[in-house]
Amino acid sequence: MASLIVTTRDGATRPLPADAGLSVMEVILDNGIDELLAACGGSLSCATCHVIVDPAQALTLPPPSEAERELLEGLDQVAPTSRLGCQIAFDERLDGLRVTIAPES
Amino acid sequence: MSGATVSDYDVVIVGAGQAGAQTAIALRQLRYQGTIALIGDEPELPYERPPLSKAYLAGDKSFERLLIRPAAFWQEKAVDLRLGCRVDAVDPAARRVTAADGTGIGYRRLVWATGGAARRLDCPGAALARVHSMRSRADADRLMSELPRARQVVVIGGGYIGLEAAAVLVGAGKEVTLIEAQQHVLPRMSGTMLARFLEAEHRSRGVTLRLGTAVHGIEGRDGTACGVRLASGELVPADLVIVGVGIVPAVAPLLAAGARGGNGVEVDALCRTSLPDVYAIGDCATHANAFADGARIRLESVQNANDMAGTVARSIAGVAHPYYAVPWFWSNQYDLRLQSVGLAAGHDLAVLRGAIDARSFSVIYLRNGRVVALDCVNATKDYIQGRKLIESGADVRSDMIADATVALTTCLQSECSPPMRSHIRLTNGR
Repeated sequence: MASLIVTTRDGATRPLPADAGLSVMEVILDNGIDELLAACGGSLSCATCHVIVDPAQALTLPPPSEAERELLEGLDQVAPTSRLGCQIAFDERLDGLRVTIAPES
Repeated sequence: MSGATVSDYDVVIVGAGQAGAQTAIALRQLRYQGTIALIGDEPELPYERPPLSKAYLAGDKSFERLLIRPAAFWQEKAVDLRLGCRVDAVDPAARRVTAADGTGIGYRRLVWATGGAARRLDCPGAALARVHSMRSRADADRLMSELPRARQVVVIGGGYIGLEAAAVLVGAGKEVTLIEAQQHVLPRMSGTMLARFLEAEHRSRGVTLRLGTAVHGIEGRDGTACGVRLASGELVPADLVIVGVGIVPAVAPLLAAGARGGNGVEVDALCRTSLPDVYAIGDCATHANAFADGARIRLESVQNANDMAGTVARSIAGVAHPYYAVPWFWSNQYDLRLQSVGLAAGHDLAVLRGAIDARSFSVIYLRNGRVVALDCVNATKDYIQGRKLIESGADVRSDMIADATVALTTCLQSECSPPMRSHIRLTNGR
């Protein structure tokens, strides 16, 4: 199975088994990491699944939609490779993707 | 037999929906060490309800993807899930709740997070087969199992649930008629600009809208619905009826125990009811909302469920903090992303920003020169920036906000004074 490599807010990094077809947000929640509120369940209406993608890998992802960019711009703290986890559809080609859960806003 | 069983918990949460589940999650995030029971009357693990009338109904998302947390989570966090268990009675003196099967469960703190039951029609035929509510997974599954054989669907109620269901079902090739008693859809919302736009959108997709139309009853054949009889006498044929006319807060046991309330149970800014160590949160909690000018309201939304859950969890964990959160809400219909922020009730001006024809616009609601709410359609930037205006409480240039080429956040004209926290009473008459 492909894996998503996640760094949590305590700085620990670990690989998570990731099913294709789920979003990065869902992979993180399904693996028991309890740091994302994910309030709107992936409906692009909040920004509570904010992750920061490893800059070296950011360009391998499809770019964010306009609505995603606007939600990210509304955050107080945003990094150049910030993304909403719900908007990254995980598949085999993303095996080894590294994301860091953004600090609590 | 089981009536003798009594188990005690530090925190008993009644209601395993969004608010209840989030309370347990937040308590553990705050490193609360006490014992927690999460009691739900449905058999399912805690799940998100909003997709029931959207992606789940459309078949785009499996039920597993609606779970708020995976099954293993609750065990890992030492949250005792008691599912398929309905609490019928609360004894505040003995600090115990009693389930329908007679089981007693003791608490040190009780969190009432039961939401509400789908309001049923009070008319002939309301209990016929093929008449469905849309509140639970079971409701949605029953409806979906009957869909393949249904051609003509009547939706009663033009609120968000009805509109979302109509959008999915017309998309699935059904002949959909939506009946609304008021003269416009979204009858509980104050503005009509958004309603008129949505009506046109639904009509263009093939939904037949019957506005200002009262229902006399549902006609049946052999116990199964076959049509909806209007007050005018006309019969609208239907082989499936969906009723989306709001919820009734599930607070009877609390009120019977003496909690103050009526349409919901009253809570203070820390979500405390008038009963000792009994909190109420989410759809069923009537509270003074800073963004409603301090008026006592109930808010039926994921936002309110989550934020009140946080308030209660902090309170129980010893870091109390009054409830103060900008209301927000979303809906998806067809390719429309609707996002609302703030509360429009009591506005004295509604300004259209952007172009309705382009299907990307916002309706901005003002009261005394300040932005109190926005309804945004495919306009996420307005939703984000408008939220900042609401939070700031600043006066805005109402002549500027209509111009979609000018960023909303540049339309400020005066010193800010955020919505008054002092509206919030810290006590509930105790």
